Amino acid sequence: MKKWTELVPGAVVLEAGSSARFKTGSWRTFRPVWLQENCIQCLMCWLYCPDMAVKVVDGKMTGFDYDYCKGCGVCAKECPGKQGKKAIVMEPEGK
Amino acid sequence: MGKVVAVTGNEAVANALRQADPDVCSLYPITPQTDIVQRFSSFVANGQVQTELLNAESEHSAMSAAIGAAAGGGRVITATSSQGLALMWEMLHIASGMNLPIIMPLVNRALSAPLNIHGDHSDGMGARDTGWIQLWSENAQEAYDNTIMSFRIGEHTDIRLPIMVCMDGFIVSHSIARMEYLEDDEVKKFIGPYQKVNPLLDLEHPKSFGPLILTDLYHEYKRLQHEIMGRVKNVVLQVSDEFGKLSGRKYGLFESYRLEDAEIALVILNSAAGTSKDVVDELRDKGIKAGLLKPRLFRPFPYVEVGQALKHLKAVCVMDRADSFGGYGPMFMEISSAMYQADGEGRKPKLINKIYGLGGRDYMPHDARKVLLELNEIAKGAPVGAVKEYIGVRE
Amino acid sequence: METRELLKWSAQVKLREKSKQEVRFEHGHRMCAGCGAPTVVKMVLMATEYPVVVSNATGCLEVSTCIQDYTAWKTPWIHTAFENAAATLSGVETMYRALLKKGKMPENVKFIAFGGDGGTYDIGLQSLSGAMERGHDMLYVCYDNGAYMNTGIQRSSATPLGADTTTSPAGSANPAGKLQVRKDLTRIMGAHGIYAAQASPSHWLDLMTKVKKAHQIKGAKFINIIAPCNRGWRTATDNSIELSRLAVETCYWPLYEIEDGKLKVTVVPEEKKPADMFFKPQGRFKHLYSPGNEGMLQRIQAEIDRTWERLLKESEQAC
Repeated sequence: MKKWTELVPGAVVLEAGSSARFKTGSWRTFRPVWLQENCIQCLMCWLYCPDMAVKVVDGKMTGFDYDYCKGCGVCAKECPGKQGKKAIVMEPEGK
Repeated sequence: MGKVVAVTGNEAVANALRQADPDVCSLYPITPQTDIVQRFSSFVANGQVQTELLNAESEHSAMSAAIGAAAGGGRVITATSSQGLALMWEMLHIASGMNLPIIMPLVNRALSAPLNIHGDHSDGMGARDTGWIQLWSENAQEAYDNTIMSFRIGEHTDIRLPIMVCMDGFIVSHSIARMEYLEDDEVKKFIGPYQKVNPLLDLEHPKSFGPLILTDLYHEYKRLQHEIMGRVKNVVLQVSDEFGKLSGRKYGLFESYRLEDAEIALVILNSAAGTSKDVVDELRDKGIKAGLLKPRLFRPFPYVEVGQALKHLKAVCVMDRADSFGGYGPMFMEISSAMYQADGEGRKPKLINKIYGLGGRDYMPHDARKVLLELNEIAKGAPVGAVKEYIGVRE
Repeated sequence: METRELLKWSAQVKLREKSKQEVRFEHGHRMCAGCGAPTVVKMVLMATEYPVVVSNATGCLEVSTCIQDYTAWKTPWIHTAFENAAATLSGVETMYRALLKKGKMPENVKFIAFGGDGGTYDIGLQSLSGAMERGHDMLYVCYDNGAYMNTGIQRSSATPLGADTTTSPAGSANPAGKLQVRKDLTRIMGAHGIYAAQASPSHWLDLMTKVKKAHQIKGAKFINIIAPCNRGWRTATDNSIELSRLAVETCYWPLYEIEDGKLKVTVVPEEKKPADMFFKPQGRFKHLYSPGNEGMLQRIQAEIDRTWERLLKESEQAC
């Protein structure tokens, strides 16, 4: 921990987006699993994820960032899937 | 050099603010301060300053907006009195905790209830623990000078703290007195351009202001605030010295009046000090060794220097124009602390405390005379009666 | 393709493009799993081209997104207190104008304040009203989860009729929970003569369109966005979006905007669903389904119907 002599007066946080150094993945009790074969690339999971934990590269869903995913399950719930089959399912952590 | 004028304290302060030409003025009217922001608004309307005016819907918002504006990265002013300062209370701590130099004339006025619009120091004394610098002023000249210096002090990069410049409501704010203005360009040069420190409006380097700090760091942040407050005294002396060279008017941490060889003295703030000085002179003529100390920098309080200045006396009366109900007057508590720590070689003055002038009650020469004569008796060995006592009150 | 499908398709294309842009709200924030508020913030920022300066009222969003050295914000961000996000930002915006006038800032910097319903409907209403009346060029976004969630689910003036909160609990003497209807803040803000709208993260395109529109208007704007809270609503963590959708489809949370004094409903549900569909899945309304509370359920439905019909009527008249 910092000493008082090392603090910025006024408690200003100088580094934008520094929360990325704080991993919230350990909060998870359930983890989302991506079933690529059922994915229609609608990006609803990315849009609705409260934790910016869906990795999208070049406009395409490529998986989850488990360093930050808290396992809420919103992505799985909102996933329309393909022909009734979800592209995201929730599984107990550690299974 | 400057121009001699006859103006009210409010007009003098408004002109100091005009000469500083701040970037933003957030305001809300309250008696007896209103006159300042009213005058300043007309400076804006007439293009005499480049300031953006923000007419807040309360003092709480006026201070919140001042904080937002100061964080943004520019020179900010507001002004208030009494209930207005009380409503700002929450935000006063936030302004200082965020190290934002906001300049605020405080036209001292009593606090409700009962409602009273006249001058006493209850408002300013109530804000003594908010982390703001406080400069107190005896008259229009001092209020003007302190206002100009407050920009240099508050914005100094060693400290970056908000600062309130106090003067007595009505007695000074609304009375016309002789004083001397500095020229606009002199003031501009003296204050200098605003120096930014970590401005929020730096779009290339986004910063976050106002984080949550818990048990593991809060104590350290307060330690830092304590450290910064400790630097204020030197900044005040340095700026006052420079101002003295410009104006010919000398300011220190406090004013000593005929104190060096005195045996008894009053400690008294603001306008009542003027009345008291006359009585000190009168008693001196009668061979009574009276003196006076008028604090200027009340926060941070210069305990060591005040202790040094008073330790040789036989008896001191601390005059308070505010009461801490259930405690001694707020100034008395400071002087007691200063004297307890002072190196008096085993001898310390007897201290008494008088509460005077609440809600604008007149403080007359006969009040000062009565207190000084009581001190004279104590100095000669008479026992101290009540330590704290109201004076000028109908019994 | 049918119109609806076409709209969906074009929205998808927009979303793909959006996903390539940087969202200036970083992961690693500490909002509860499944909270609706970060999604609201993300969507608002997705619809906002940088530069933007953000202020935040004290509350869940604030304490969870900026702790010690960890900030989730990649925009200039300021929090000072609870009741004054609007006043604080009005000060920043005024400083911006002062510096802009002196050529020290670029043009077109946007300003957004975020506050929860407690900080907006209740303690911050005066500060908000003042800032809107003064016409600062800023957008105030209320993320409305219907109670003081940060302090542990106390009722606010945004809490729905009948809700069980820790300060409006359903008990043996009062089995109904909160006895008062919500304050209609969106209309109150509309009465300021500004752009005021209501949105929901479930209807993200409508939400983002409103944000974009707000930014195009010079002056004060207000958007009220429903943000489900699974802790306070007593629901599972995965249904914040579903509940916000049901809030719209039951007309509990109608989507509309007020512009130049004219009210326009922006989303009319294909089929207005019964209020039960929004209320029943939530634990905070569980007591309403016990015998003796039938009257409350009827009152809730009647309140929703009355508000919705009035909105539709006004919207039609404005067209």
